[in-house]
Amino acid sequence: MIAELLVPFGYDYMLKAMWVSALVGGVCAFLSAYLVMKGWSLMGDALAHSVVPGVAGAYILGVPFAVGAFFSGILASLGMAFVRQHSRLREDAVIGIVFTSLFALGLLMASIWPTSVSVQSIVLGNILAISDEDVVQVAIISAISLCLLLLKWKDLMITFFDEAYARSIGLNTTMLKALFFTLLSACTVAALQTVGACLVIAMVVTPGATAYLLTDRFGRLIVISILLGAGTSFVGAYLSYFIDGATGGVIVSLQTLLFLAAFVFAPKHGILAGRRRAAMAGAPA
Amino acid sequence: MNMIAGSASASAGVLGQPGASISVRGLTVTYNTGLTAVHDASFELDPGTICALVGVNGSGKSTIFKAIMGFVTPAAGDIRLSGRPVAEAVRRNVVAYVPQSEDIDWNFPVLVEDVVMMGRYGHMNFLRIPSRADRYKVDAALERVGMGEYRTRQIGELSGGQKKRVFLARALAQEGSIILLDEPFTGVDVKTETAIISLLRELRTAGHLMLISTHNLGSVPDFCDQVVLLNRTVLAAGPTAEVFTQANLERAFGGVLRQFNLGGAALHDDEDPRGLTVLTDDERPLVIYGDRKGQSALPAKRPDEPKS
Ligand SMILES: Nc1ncnc2c1ncn2[C@@H]1O[C@H](COP(=O)(O)OP(=O)(O)OP(=O)(O)O)[C@@H](O)[C@H]1O
Ligand SMILES: [Mg+2]
Repeated sequence: MIAELLVPFGYDYMLKAMWVSALVGGVCAFLSAYLVMKGWSLMGDALAHSVVPGVAGAYILGVPFAVGAFFSGILASLGMAFVRQHSRLREDAVIGIVFTSLFALGLLMASIWPTSVSVQSIVLGNILAISDEDVVQVAIISAISLCLLLLKWKDLMITFFDEAYARSIGLNTTMLKALFFTLLSACTVAALQTVGACLVIAMVVTPGATAYLLTDRFGRLIVISILLGAGTSFVGAYLSYFIDGATGGVIVSLQTLLFLAAFVFAPKHGILAGRRRAAMAGAPA
Repeated sequence: MNMIAGSASASAGVLGQPGASISVRGLTVTYNTGLTAVHDASFELDPGTICALVGVNGSGKSTIFKAIMGFVTPAAGDIRLSGRPVAEAVRRNVVAYVPQSEDIDWNFPVLVEDVVMMGRYGHMNFLRIPSRADRYKVDAALERVGMGEYRTRQIGELSGGQKKRVFLARALAQEGSIILLDEPFTGVDVKTETAIISLLRELRTAGHLMLISTHNLGSVPDFCDQVVLLNRTVLAAGPTAEVFTQANLERAFGGVLRQFNLGGAALHDDEDPRGLTVLTDDERPLVIYGDRKGQSALPAKRPDEPKS
């Protein structure tokens, strides 16, 4: 029985999948703490879909997928900022337009120039078949992002909490926001490999949302979020050995389960806690 | 509410710096809507001063604050803070600013003490790890505004006046020698107002320079030694006794001011020729007891005022 449970650890490809997933899951969860707080959750989804043409283009041109994906991610961010500034449309409409058009372009490119990589592996991800080359790319992206976030997390927190104040103590908020979106683009690219474009949104939203229900301090929110993201990704990749495939599905299902648990049982912000407080307030003294 | 009268020496650090001063010369600010909110405004302020910025809604008070903080770029003119250009002064934490209203997400997961700690960030190294001294200063700032017992509340779980006090504490923790307060008394009860005013007096003794916008005309003569009257430009600036007169106020407020004149038999039946004038724009009224329009306001003594 125990021997059976340890089987995945005996395979190189499984070990690789588990560690890479955990790393990517952790970094995405770090970013999710900020996205959730700013109400920019959809931005993660938009970026994930927008990098598809970049990935397709990179395979066609034979350059590393990260280069292409990153390039189109930045293009999407700039596009959204530009349309937002020069029209009276609201953020959600702008995001919707920009990312669907880029996603459509990606599908079109992949069908006109059939490549060795199927679009399906971009859209759904396939961590179990990740190549060594891609592992290196993903690991480098995640490690750099993690370092920058650890150095700048407080500056980013002030920028997101109170931008005017951040400027008033001499922080360069424009640079900090640019840094954040660059990291977000880079990490969605990394997450594409593990869970695919459709589910990246879960990686950059759910852990932060869950942690937000559990604490009132931003530092702790980040720690909880990273633990959730990395833990579910590791376990999800492990479980997918037994369920046979669909790593992204397993990871995101786990994250959803934890979210539901927090939603119901969270000590202060959960449903039950709210009921308990209401009952106590109603009870005669 | 108990504002601990912290010793003035807690902020004596600013005395080590060259005197806090504000110099605004020929300031013109035009918003990108094309509206010129402030035109050719000039005034000078010295250390150890509390200066009131007074004018009608839309007269450009907040705009002047934003220009001093470098949030809007002046179309013309020059601003110096303690002799330094704005950007440099802001970088050196010379100036702390409490805006009229906080444009923040009140559900953000930060506690009261976390917000006040943000006041110390400008003094920390690039990793922003608070030292023991930083923690001590946060404690002191919280106690000074009487918010010590609320320190572990999430920032959204406070009343409007309590929120204001937290942001005042953040400005105190920042230890700028220049402090800008945009309408600190709106939505604040009289007790808190009195406590804030005595706090400001302490800071003045310690050599700080404070610029405060207010519609609270009645309390201006109590604690402000300088007044800048504003209406798109500086109408008058100088010592309260010279500038804060009925004639000047009527010029600054035009028809907006509510005015009640009581004199002669309506007021008293003795030989006293003086009349009573009550001027108010919306909050605490200004009471002038005298016969000449040019006469300055009598500071109404506050119970807490130190006998000087
Ligand atoms: N961001 C902005 N863009 C365009 N115009 C603005 C902006 N902010 C203020 N204004 C305009 O500039 C003028 C001065 O505004 P300001 O906020 O400085 O007034 P104020 O004296 O602070 O008024 P209040 O007493 O209401 O706080 C007003 O006419 C206002 O409409
Ligand atoms: Mg204003």
